[in-house]
Amino acid sequence: MKEFGGSAFFIDRDDINTDEIIPAKYLTEITKRALQPHLLEDLILNDKGFDTSAPDFQQAQVLVTRSNFGCGSSREHAVWALEVNDINVVIGTSFARIFRQNMFNCGILAIEVAPEDVEQLFALNGEVIIDIDLENDTVIAKSDTKTVKCSFSLNPFDKELVGAGGWLAYADQKY
Amino acid sequence: MGQTITEKIFAAHVRDTPTPDNMVIDIDVIMCHEITTPIAIMDLVDKGMDRVIDPDRIKAVIDHVTPPKDSKTATQAKIMRDWARRHKIKDFFDIGQNGVCHALFPEKGFIRPGNTVIMGDSHTCTHGAFGAFAAGVGTTDLEVGILKGVCAFRKPESMKIEVTGNLPSGVYAKDIILHIIKTLTVNGATDLVIEFCGPVVDGMNMSSRMTLCNMSVEAGATSGLCLPDRVTAEYLWPFIQEDYDSVDQAAEDYKKWHSDPDATYAKTLTIDVSDLEPQVTHQYKPDQVKDITELAGTTIDQVYIGSCTNGRIEDIREAASILKGRKVAGTVRGILTPATPAIYSQALEEGLIKIFMDAGFCVLNPTCGACLGMSSGVLAEGESCASTTNRNFNGRMGKGGMVHLMSPLSAAAAAVTGEITDPRPMMNA
Ligand code: SF4
Repeated sequence: MKEFGGSAFFIDRDDINTDEIIPAKYLTEITKRALQPHLLEDLILNDKGFDTSAPDFQQAQVLVTRSNFGCGSSREHAVWALEVNDINVVIGTSFARIFRQNMFNCGILAIEVAPEDVEQLFALNGEVIIDIDLENDTVIAKSDTKTVKCSFSLNPFDKELVGAGGWLAYADQKY
Repeated sequence: MGQTITEKIFAAHVRDTPTPDNMVIDIDVIMCHEITTPIAIMDLVDKGMDRVIDPDRIKAVIDHVTPPKDSKTATQAKIMRDWARRHKIKDFFDIGQNGVCHALFPEKGFIRPGNTVIMGDSHTCTHGAFGAFAAGVGTTDLEVGILKGVCAFRKPESMKIEVTGNLPSGVYAKDIILHIIKTLTVNGATDLVIEFCGPVVDGMNMSSRMTLCNMSVEAGATSGLCLPDRVTAEYLWPFIQEDYDSVDQAAEDYKKWHSDPDATYAKTLTIDVSDLEPQVTHQYKPDQVKDITELAGTTIDQVYIGSCTNGRIEDIREAASILKGRKVAGTVRGILTPATPAIYSQALEEGLIKIFMDAGFCVLNPTCGACLGMSSGVLAEGESCASTTNRNFNGRMGKGGMVHLMSPLSAAAAAVTGEITDPRPMMNA
């Protein structure tokens, strides 16, 4: 199976919606690549706009956030905008259903962990590297000074989809 | 053990149970619009899989930006149009016949009790008003739907919301659903199907039921639905006459989809609406809802009446009842977008369009338009809009704009005064 994880970026907010992840005006694009510069362009953080040019955001492969990430519109563009920015994992306490399914359908991970575990991840300082151990359903987060491990449970079907490389490949074989 | 309506629909459509918690179900109606479908079409073409399971199960429309506003949206429309022709999809609606998907498809009688429906659009839950399971999905789910006629869901769990009491005058389905979302919060119904029931829902017409179901997704729900009854059968009568001897017989048959009395619910909630005031959102989340009297006096730059939530004839009549003989405030831009051509033409016949135009409204063709901030009424930075749509997200109707969601009646009142206004004193005045 594909490897998941990498350098982490933390977004301390609940209910980040897909209009914030990729605004509707980019839905006229017909290539995924065109979405790349616009990821989270309309995000509001601490009542301010979000600086998408921050180097640690640009380098991120894992996003760590709070609850109900990906609510709102069904646009899979939100997942593609992550994909073309090389983000392959989002970790939070919960996700909106359609977004979560879109992630697994594309063969990448939406991982739900307990609120106290998210708290622990947010408490890490400095640069954080996160690895996802899919054999043992464990998130391993390392900072310079500390390692945090937390477990998650993945719906077995969603795991199969990730293994198959997404829902289209799975369904084409099976149905 | 008893079953909910959703469990009955799933049982009648199950194709596979890959795990005890997941079900792959056959989909009766696969709906497509030009924002999320072209990219699915292009991907299928790329992969050498440009096929459709059954052209009659596919319903397609160009509605989000129509007529096209630029070359990119014109290309999206063209991809849809060419695809519909190539695959002989006869229920394809283009300029002249097109309107907002979730208003147009019900009007054509495409959705029947017990159906399963998917679309690459989160407000697909609107069609649950007919006692169907209708869910918004992403592009990959849509591709698989188009190609194989199936979709995967977690085993459905339901939340029952019983609406009781006497709905006060001036308070509508939109106010009820805003109040429910406030109560549930934006993820209070995640992974659940909301079953709206109780005497207030039983007494609603299909238009109001669609308004309720439409915004289920704003509470995170997989879908929302109402139990099909005589009201449903009456609405569908022009399309089901060959299947049934009478409306009553159809209504009787639809009972087979009703939830059993001993069905299990993950959550239940009873809402008494007897003291409910008109509701309005503030800030950027649909659960940030207040009584309209609390926000009265907030300045409005634009009023938008339309969308799959509240762009139907009943909504236009409500708004017109306030606008009749009145004028839009000099500081406000009023925009009306009837949701479908049939609604537009009915509104013309009833003289409602004239009321809007005399009041100073701009009347647009049926389209999603400003609802998603792509065309036809996008806000400038710092502007605010009183809107009958369903999302007040930051940037939804234009970067830096604020959207206040409310009922058509409240939106019309805001148009007249230029600020958020309790519409009740203006009724019959
Ligand atoms: S009217 Fe608005 S919410 Fe409804 S389908 Fe169109 S864009 Fe979506």
